[in-house]
Amino acid sequence: MEDTAVEEPEVSGAAEFAPALVAAHPQGNSVAVAIGPELRAFDLSAGLPVSLSDDCGGRSHSDAIRAICFSVSGALFASAGDDKLVKVWKTDSWRCIQTITSEKRVSAVAISNDDLYVTFADKFGVVWLVTLREDSAEQVSVDNKPVSILGHYCSIITSMKFSPDGRFIATADRDFKIRVTLFPKNPLKGAHEIQSFCLGHTDFVSCITFTSISETQSFLVSGGGDSTVRLWDYVNGCLLDTFQVRDKMGELLGPNEADDSSLAIADICPSIDGSLVAVAIQSFSGVMLLACDLVGKKLSFLKVITMEKSYIPTSLASSLSSELLWTVMGASNMPNQASSHLLTRLRIIPCFQKDRLSSSDAGPATLEDGEVPHGEKLLLALQGSLDVTKQEEVLASVLAALKVSMHKMLVKKHYSEERREQRKRGRNDKKIKN
Amino acid sequence: MTTNGVGGGGKLPRKRFYRARAHSNPLSDSHFPVPISPKEVDLSQHYPRYFPADKGSDGEEAAAPQQIRFADVGCGFGGLLVGLSPLFPDTLMIGMELRDKVTEYVKERILALRAANPGQYDNISVVRTNSMKYIPNYFRKAQLTKMFFLFPDPHFKEKNHRRRVISMQLLDEYAYVMEVGGIIYTITDVEELGEWMRSCLEKHPLFETVPEEEIKADPVFKLLSTATEESQKVARNGGQTFHAIFRRISLKEE
Repeated sequence: MEDTAVEEPEVSGAAEFAPALVAAHPQGNSVAVAIGPELRAFDLSAGLPVSLSDDCGGRSHSDAIRAICFSVSGALFASAGDDKLVKVWKTDSWRCIQTITSEKRVSAVAISNDDLYVTFADKFGVVWLVTLREDSAEQVSVDNKPVSILGHYCSIITSMKFSPDGRFIATADRDFKIRVTLFPKNPLKGAHEIQSFCLGHTDFVSCITFTSISETQSFLVSGGGDSTVRLWDYVNGCLLDTFQVRDKMGELLGPNEADDSSLAIADICPSIDGSLVAVAIQSFSGVMLLACDLVGKKLSFLKVITMEKSYIPTSLASSLSSELLWTVMGASNMPNQASSHLLTRLRIIPCFQKDRLSSSDAGPATLEDGEVPHGEKLLLALQGSLDVTKQEEVLASVLAALKVSMHKMLVKKHYSEERREQRKRGRNDKKIKN
Repeated sequence: MTTNGVGGGGKLPRKRFYRARAHSNPLSDSHFPVPISPKEVDLSQHYPRYFPADKGSDGEEAAAPQQIRFADVGCGFGGLLVGLSPLFPDTLMIGMELRDKVTEYVKERILALRAANPGQYDNISVVRTNSMKYIPNYFRKAQLTKMFFLFPDPHFKEKNHRRRVISMQLLDEYAYVMEVGGIIYTITDVEELGEWMRSCLEKHPLFETVPEEEIKADPVFKLLSTATEESQKVARNGGQTFHAIFRRISLKEE
């Protein structure tokens, strides 16, 4: 099944596969998982699954959620995706306070550090901004339409983050670029002043994240389709270090296993103190941990945490308060998949901190299902099921499909010379007149 | 196939051997090589006299290497570059063009000019690229002092306005590669497009209009409406032109 899909690039709907996402509350109050149109949250302090209340008048998610995030303060949460909706939630009550309709599908979302604005990126590479209003139940006002603040020229934006000091907004795209833009005091007029471009990736950039050693000094880390993780001085647009994940995987697995196309970086996640970066790789069952020396400005290999063969994480998250690294795997929109079968699998890596990891080599690499905080209650809420065996069968096949979709969406199509000529002849703007 | 319009000894290429489409889709995925970053732009290929290949890379260039300062975006058949070259003999300038046949023509034209006029036209070159997508791949921050957008495609339909080479979004990128004080020149014979370009530049916080008397005194200004093939066509037909010339300024924080 996979083979036919790879050979035939025109398979319709392949881009509809959406990976499962995970996000953790910065103070560790809750954790959220998105799969297809479903948003699942678990309140870690109360130990209870959260029931989302979505009664503010807007529609609910009806298609795959592509991006979720907590705000830095933890007070807000945003979700957005293929149904062109951006929903902002208050995390104390898990009530939806605002639903914004985008003109195009949404590929990335972020909340400004002061909780005043939500920004989202659409499929045309335009970033839109909306002012958040706490008590806007009545006045879903006319003047609160999204305004476009910046754009990547017709390139899908894959990831969008605010810098820790809130001064910059960074956007990454499929055209190998990361743009760092000054986020102005009044962003409603647009963010026009570009601080830097971080250029170095030789394929699409799939994820970016900020990491810091101190309040004043922070760096950007990015992962891409070229199977590298890169460390940037984003203020000056300088590439500080590049870690070749493909080479390392070749060493670890043997060159045959490290098949070129399938080692794209799926997600990255820094540890609280900035000393570590966890890397999820598109077809690797586990997580690679890189030591991130922000003083020496170096990325180096620390270790690999392998998981069961059928577990390939699609998304990573950690919070400021705990040392847990949350990983999730899953995908939605299998052709014949009923929404009731939206299964995900959650695995947690404890001790996500450099000293603890290197000192306690004998400790557990991943938590068993029984050791997960709040145990089965949490797993049932976030995974949708506890039946691991059946689930993994589904997930393994889902991931095969996911691989196709990631590449279909983000990799430029390469046609052979003949095929290109053939396509040119088939162009309908050059019809032959008889 | 045997004659390709390029004579050996510095004969100018003939346009009729370089028939090209009038347009090229700026939105489609590109299949030509693009430098990953400005560092990878090989200037010795473009300006061999300024960057001799045999110089060795032992870092003995004490003087800071020259950088490209002018960019003619959508340079077409290269008329402006040829006109500018003697005016600014020590400034490196580059034309950027998406249509490969046209780029080939300009390349040959420059080589022929160099051969026929030794010591001249060494400061101009051309590259085939999509400048709407890849401007930051070619130029560093604040590198350019002049950018030219002469007679760009008008793209009348509203649906196609995003294909216009001047837009609020793209001006962000142009502002990034231009130094403060640098000048952006636009001209068109399509009134609607002229208004569009002017209004984008007026709205953009990083550009301010250049006073009319200053424009009149600028030797470059005359070239806008005389040097390029497109402008000559307009002049032949007695058409009107609309220019918008703006200066890159630094942002004032309110």
